Amino acid sequence: MAVDQNLKIELGKQGIFVTTIEELYNWGRRSSVWPMQFGLACCAIEMIATTMARYDLARFGAEVFRPSPRQADLMIVSGTVTKKMAPQVVRLYNQMAEPRYVIAMGACAISGGPFKQGYNVLKGIDRYIPVDVHIPGCPPRPEALIQAFMTLQKKIDGQPLTGEGRPRHLDAEAQGEFPVPEQGEHDLEPTSNKGVWPVPITIR
Amino acid sequence: MKTVEEIKAAIEAAVPGAGVEFVSNPSASAQHSLRIAPQSAVAVAKFLRDDADLAFDFLSNVTGVDWPDKEIAEKVKVMRWVTKTVDGPDGQKVDQPVEETVEETRKRIESGCLEVVYHLYSVGKKHGPLVLRMRTVNRTDQVDLPSLTPVWRSAELQEREVFDLYGVVFGGHPDLRRLLMWDGFKDHPMRRDYVEPDDFEYEPTPHDEVLKRAQERENREQRTEGPRDRGLAAG
Repeated sequence: MAVDQNLKIELGKQGIFVTTIEELYNWGRRSSVWPMQFGLACCAIEMIATTMARYDLARFGAEVFRPSPRQADLMIVSGTVTKKMAPQVVRLYNQMAEPRYVIAMGACAISGGPFKQGYNVLKGIDRYIPVDVHIPGCPPRPEALIQAFMTLQKKIDGQPLTGEGRPRHLDAEAQGEFPVPEQGEHDLEPTSNKGVWPVPITIR
Repeated sequence: MKTVEEIKAAIEAAVPGAGVEFVSNPSASAQHSLRIAPQSAVAVAKFLRDDADLAFDFLSNVTGVDWPDKEIAEKVKVMRWVTKTVDGPDGQKVDQPVEETVEETRKRIESGCLEVVYHLYSVGKKHGPLVLRMRTVNRTDQVDLPSLTPVWRSAELQEREVFDLYGVVFGGHPDLRRLLMWDGFKDHPMRRDYVEPDDFEYEPTPHDEVLKRAQERENREQRTEGPRDRGLAAG
């Protein structure tokens, strides 16, 4: 239940702070999103630049990159996901504790990019795990990653704690583990997780 | 540096029965190369490395070439006996066998092979590159070649890559595993007849090759799943 904004401001002038549990809870969550420390290709260099003094991702509460998936809230898939690496990325995502979010950074991570018609690159990590924010670019500028981060914060802020659209850790029914693809004789098996990524139909 | 012909002569003098073949390059670069016989490859490589004048101490690059089976159509002139009706000596028509030259088109299949190319330089003598080539017998079962890793250590990873992408099996390689693809992978992606997995959604406005593949895929899906609602994502 949201508090009327005008009333909130009026009360604030009187020295009374009014909030809801949901607002407070989400404020805490969005202000300390800790990304996981792993990079896959050149996009990772931009990700590192984003965390350094000039762009300073720490302003958004993401100052610590955690080297363990158990302590991370956000997976930034920064770079080309090869078919050899894809099972490990999905496994790392499975090992992260809820609530967890994914930013797919750069052309390769969202679609395969320039390697889309090749044989060894996964055509988008969203084939296997749910992605919250996609950023195009090759590689995206640090500003684009900050934009993605702010978009994610807005998403976290807007998540109700009950009912439809609540975060997965408050939803007992939600799917927690995503199947790790097997490396088959010719390709990954299965080639995508149909529950996460419905095969698009081309309309001609 | 000696010319490639001179190097060939030097190899033949040092390694008896080396089986070195000169491969000329008619283009402007004129970068000729030597094709060496697999059975004497290691001896030739050791000579090239250890010879005082040549001293090729640096192997810069190993790569592969796939030569697929080629169907060659040739026109051959064949002599044949043909029965023709000719005028006989006494004004009668007589059948007489006549020899005639006929052009026939014959097709034969030249079996392909896999080729490995090595680029050598000498850091000490500041010369190079010398291009060495080796060919396998065919592309299917006799794909063994000797490894040059014992001679030049830098061949190790590159020969693994050639093994992975072309399927050349290097005998004597200390650690022959796939390099880029995973161990259970069965194909060799850089071969000309490799068919890549059909795992991408096609462009909205495909043309040429992509259009053909998109249509094939559509037909296949309709056969297996029946027509789907167009415009709706399949669940």
